[in-house]
Amino acid sequence: MEQPLTLADLEPGCKAKILRIQGNSPFKKRLLEMGLVRGEVIEKLKLAPLADPAEYVIKNYHISLRREEAGDIILEELI
Amino acid sequence: MHDCDPEKSKVPVDNAAAVGIKTITVALMGNPNSGKTTIFNNLTGARQHVGNYGGVTVETKEGTLRHGSWRIKMVDLPGTYSLTAYSMEEIIARDFIIQQKPDVIVDIVDGANIERNLYLAVQLKELGVPMVLVLNMADEMKAKGLHADIKKLSEIIGAPVVPAVGVRNRGTDKIVARIIEVAQGSWSQPEKVPVHYGSEIENELKKIAAPIARQAGKIKQTGADCDYPLCVEINPQWVALKLLENDSEVIHKVHDSAIRQEVNQQVQHSRKYLTSIYGEDPESVIAEQRYGYVHGICRTVIRRTSEARINFSDKLDKVLTNRLLGLPIFAALMYVTFWFVFAAGQYPMGWIEIGQQILAEQVSNLWPSGSDSVLRSLIVDGIITGVGGVVIFLPNIMLLFLALSLLEDTGYMARAAFIMDRLMKWVGLHGKSFIPMLTGFGCSVPAIMATRILDNRRDRLTTILILPLMSCGARVPIYLLIIPAFFTSARSASVVMYSMYLIGLVIAIVCARLLRSTMFRGESSPFVMELPPYRIPTLKAVLIHMWQRSWLYLRKAGTVILAFSVLMWFLASHPQLPQERIEQLRQEKAVALEQQGNYSASELAAVQLTNQQLQDARLSYSITGRLGRTLEPLLKPLGFDWRIGTALVGSFPAKELFVSQMGIVFSLGEVETEESLGQALHSDQDQPDAASANSSTQAALRTRLKQAYSPLVGFCIMLFCLISAPCMATVAVTRRETNSWRWPMFQFFGLTGLAYLITLVVYQVGSFVQIGI
Repeated sequence: MEQPLTLADLEPGCKAKILRIQGNSPFKKRLLEMGLVRGEVIEKLKLAPLADPAEYVIKNYHISLRREEAGDIILEELI
Repeated sequence: MHDCDPEKSKVPVDNAAAVGIKTITVALMGNPNSGKTTIFNNLTGARQHVGNYGGVTVETKEGTLRHGSWRIKMVDLPGTYSLTAYSMEEIIARDFIIQQKPDVIVDIVDGANIERNLYLAVQLKELGVPMVLVLNMADEMKAKGLHADIKKLSEIIGAPVVPAVGVRNRGTDKIVARIIEVAQGSWSQPEKVPVHYGSEIENELKKIAAPIARQAGKIKQTGADCDYPLCVEINPQWVALKLLENDSEVIHKVHDSAIRQEVNQQVQHSRKYLTSIYGEDPESVIAEQRYGYVHGICRTVIRRTSEARINFSDKLDKVLTNRLLGLPIFAALMYVTFWFVFAAGQYPMGWIEIGQQILAEQVSNLWPSGSDSVLRSLIVDGIITGVGGVVIFLPNIMLLFLALSLLEDTGYMARAAFIMDRLMKWVGLHGKSFIPMLTGFGCSVPAIMATRILDNRRDRLTTILILPLMSCGARVPIYLLIIPAFFTSARSASVVMYSMYLIGLVIAIVCARLLRSTMFRGESSPFVMELPPYRIPTLKAVLIHMWQRSWLYLRKAGTVILAFSVLMWFLASHPQLPQERIEQLRQEKAVALEQQGNYSASELAAVQLTNQQLQDARLSYSITGRLGRTLEPLLKPLGFDWRIGTALVGSFPAKELFVSQMGIVFSLGEVETEESLGQALHSDQDQPDAASANSSTQAALRTRLKQAYSPLVGFCIMLFCLISAPCMATVAVTRRETNSWRWPMFQFFGLTGLAYLITLVVYQVGSFVQIGI
């Protein structure tokens, strides 16, 4: 089976819709309450100077996520 | 209530009117970066009480204001994204509103980021608390081309909505008016919970809520103790919702209740059932539904009137976190910060020093000249010298907190964490750890408190343990005393200064890596952090922040340090050197001179001890000197003598005490020394004139240090002070934060041992290759 597309794979400057968040950590709840819920559009703005983490825009605000955490966020489709 | 402090109230009330005063408690809630603190400052003015909430160290601020016959106690709760208890701040904020039941909750909503901010507002509504919603940053909304229908928003939320611009103090009076309306009950609470989660979830919620409501009714009837969270006042529906959301705090609380079995079974059953239908766990579905509801509100009440202008914040961010420019800009900003703190601090420090000297002279003149009054010695040598040596560094500390406050309020602090995260992760820490570490350059105590922003316990403990290695503000006095004494060129002085900070940082990194790979092995916590828009900070907020921090420092200096200065003065001057001992020393000196020959018998009989010798003798006879001498064999391999040992012992209460300790150790009885030195060295060409001898006690101390030690020893002193035993306050706050004596003890002895080893190596190698001798 093909690996699902995750936020970590997203190229800077691209947008995609969120499908779901993998895993079952308390961290997942934090992402949910920050607005990373299904159907939401997220844009990868840029990488930090040292290539990690990356800056994203969701719901008109900016958020920073590390690559490994972005890998838990499964994307539905590129926009 | 007999609060007659007129400055505390916005509207002065005379005593007659004060009779019918009604007191209410109001809690301020809101997302981080929503401008909550600015609104709080507007409401309460600068008179605030900063404290720790309920024995823990999450900071809460309280202020009081009066409006007509109302006395409003404002509590500024920590910023939270939701009512999910994820971090310590969120648990505290939630427990406050559930347990303390404030009369009104003011929810500050960032209008420019309304969707995520309303998520908390909706949750507060679900809890069913009386609320006033403040739509802050109304100006930023306008700039973004957003228009909000206030009336409609108020209808949907079921609470008054006040548009405000916190930074310009707009809307403040309206907020107060609405608070009082809500407190009076003018706003009826809508019965139904706002969000409808769909019939499947709603059904399960009812099933879970039923036994809780039954139990709540029973408690109400029997009048038994309130069984949080099954308390009668708490909405059973809300408890059910939290249980379905898998909220560990609420689950834990239910575990203590009589109905746990029934409730737990139902919750497990419901979660399983809902997961099977939705193919997702219930918390995801609930968050999604709630956000759907919030999105609906925004669509109804927000209108885009014009296209957004090109965002200034985004443009600035393109430069400041640029892949190529980000790091150099970061390093430059940090350098400018420290340059600002130290260069600009020079001038007020000079004034304080002069003032202190004048005071010491004036007080000294109250006694007849040559008097050996113990009281004079206590006041001049103990109190004025001790406290003066601490207060003089206040300008540095104020400027440092000014700079940190500016970094925080502009939004750059979050970018600093963003830029540094990759490095911090390599160290084994979280990018957010950078914030307490940067604060650690100011003071370890607030920095250790700031580690509460870290959600992972291992990250937190590691950060706390290494924090004292950040060269804090209290080390600065030590550097500023020693560096000008030994490293006179401007270039070498700044290199040595900078190296101190760098050495601390490098050791901290090595220690953190070691700790993370041994004691605190495991995944570091995920990095999710909001990058708030860049904003121009308000002068008021920055000044209040600076004042609060500086006041904390001063209070520490004023009480603990004064007490210890006096104690140390006592230890350094008692027991007094007996006359027989002086005579004995004089004879010893005469014998030594006799052996050299060239002296006539009458010359030998008239030999006197120099004041330097007398002073050394006095000190070494005192308790401090004995303590220092006891440690001397241990410290000798580091190049330290008993005086340094004494000052090191004396600097445990606070690092900056090292300076006043050295001052006392070296300058006890200085006035007599200079008088008799003048007589004894009557013909000496190098005799300093009276003016320059009195020009500065600091300068005098530096001269003495330079005579006594080599630059290598000077460097080793700084190195040891940097790494060794954290101060009393750090030990105390670590104890409180980790809730055990184990960690502060580990920190204390670990760091002291490390300091010994490193200084030993530096001194021995330095001596061997003959650097700085």
